[in-house]
Amino acid sequence: MAEHLGREEVTHIASLARLALSEEELVTFAEQLSAVLDHVDALRELDIADLPPMHHPLPLQNVLRPDEVGPSLDRDEVLAAAPAAERGRFRVPRILAEEP
Amino acid sequence: MSAPSSQALAIAAEVRAGSRSARAVAEEALAAVAAREEELHCFNEVTAERALAEAEAVDARVAAGEDPGPLAGVPIALKDNLCTRGVATTCSSRILEGWLPPYDATVVQRVRAAGAVVVGKTNLDEFAMGSSTENSAFGPTRNPWDTSRVPGGSSGGSAAAVAAGLVPLALGSDTGGSIRQPASLCGVVGMKPTYGLVSRYGLVAFASSLDQIGPFACTVADAASLLEVIAGHDKMDSTSLPAPAPTIVGGLSAGVGGLRVGVISDFLPDASPRTQAALRRAAESLAAAGAEVAEVALPELMNGLAAYYLIAPAEASSNLSRYDGVRYGLRVDAPGVEEMNARTRAAGFGPEVKRRIMLGTYVLSAGYYDAYYSQAQRVRTLVSRAFSAAYERFDVLLAPTAPSVAFAFGEKTADPLQMYLSDLYTIPSNLAGHPAVSVPYALGEEELPVGVQVLGPALSEATLFRAAAALEEAADPAARGPVAVGAR
Repeated sequence: MAEHLGREEVTHIASLARLALSEEELVTFAEQLSAVLDHVDALRELDIADLPPMHHPLPLQNVLRPDEVGPSLDRDEVLAAAPAAERGRFRVPRILAEEP
Repeated sequence: MSAPSSQALAIAAEVRAGSRSARAVAEEALAAVAAREEELHCFNEVTAERALAEAEAVDARVAAGEDPGPLAGVPIALKDNLCTRGVATTCSSRILEGWLPPYDATVVQRVRAAGAVVVGKTNLDEFAMGSSTENSAFGPTRNPWDTSRVPGGSSGGSAAAVAAGLVPLALGSDTGGSIRQPASLCGVVGMKPTYGLVSRYGLVAFASSLDQIGPFACTVADAASLLEVIAGHDKMDSTSLPAPAPTIVGGLSAGVGGLRVGVISDFLPDASPRTQAALRRAAESLAAAGAEVAEVALPELMNGLAAYYLIAPAEASSNLSRYDGVRYGLRVDAPGVEEMNARTRAAGFGPEVKRRIMLGTYVLSAGYYDAYYSQAQRVRTLVSRAFSAAYERFDVLLAPTAPSVAFAFGEKTADPLQMYLSDLYTIPSNLAGHPAVSVPYALGEEELPVGVQVLGPALSEATLFRAAAALEEAADPAARGPVAVGAR
């Protein structure tokens, strides 16, 4: 079996995916994802470079509905489902550092 | 052998005529659910009080001489990835545990408007990722035919609830087979409509170019009635086809005389012996009913599984980025935003969801996009064109729904790839956006039900259901629900 994903690469993917994985998970996923990639590698052998990629099955494109004013979701009901809210907004941890 | 009598339509007829109250029907369904829930765990939440109130509203409409709708008083269960305003919608995930959506999915609005009574939210593989319902964060659902076995998945709760006779109707979602495969394993009818026929507004997204909502029922006529109610354009979903809802039920008994049926030969060798035998008998029964039946080789379809396990995780990794601990669901606090995101997601997602997010992130990442993702989308074109060529010669195609009967708990959990292979025969329809229906046909290994799948081109629902009705008529009645719950 080809070693598709090493521990280092799995760590990088986990950070892209914003998943704080345990050491054990990193090891398991490296093995399991390599096995899945082994299976799908067969597709790379197919000679289909001349076929267009299919993104979705619909004949529709750029569907827009008329820009009419209408009711939207109730703000308080939406914020009530948030883990933290304050003064009509979602509350998140600080994203900017203090001024030096 | 003959067609089974409808349950949902029979209830609606009685309720509409005022000879039976919707409230009494709801009470009966709730009692059946309560009696079986511990054993089967079909539901994440049973909405008993709401159901009784909805049923009373239906009765009030009947009493007032108003039209209570085509599904008046019919109990229905909803897969727990369909948003229900004020009722928890969890996707069987810790990350959405207790989340109360601020709106109803379009299909939920439509079934209620048709008079159906929602009795609860059914269990699923977390975020609809799985083929056994074992990936639920709240414990698996058990198959009513044999409680030591899985009901299939991901819509296992809906399939099992219908198979056990707890509700005559349920809704599920099908991204790679998640309606049809559990329908096959539970001995009920399950149908994935044409992509875009049913609005996805309020369906929690897994893989947006593949997801479709569809019906479960014990009979073909009941499944068709539910599809008629939920189908049709919705301005709230930009992928909703601007097509009217099809008329299906009226044409069900028209028969299959002259219908050109292609039996997909490539799928048979991997199916269990009795699944193969069931499919051959199903093909013979259609021929006996006047269809023109021939085998067709579609080797391109065998590449569908691999393409699916690149495309679906890629779309999932993007869709599930919204679970960031900010707007809804779980948050695990941390000093910085990124760390909060990463800890929340690590604590909130189960192993299969993490695995798919990782796989999807990898195939979309720099350097791999063309080799994996673009190549998979070209395979999608390949599969789609193979179908198109086949549909020049055939009206519908016939295939097994799943390679085997219901398997035991734990049998495939250790090897994700083995689990993925459960969807080999169902995935091509999702890739092409085509409809397909699974009809319980015969008993297979261990005397468990085997479903036969009818596939058709886009918007061929009326033809598919006509073929399904013919299969139902020829099928072994012992292979379909409702079934007495038990362990064997």
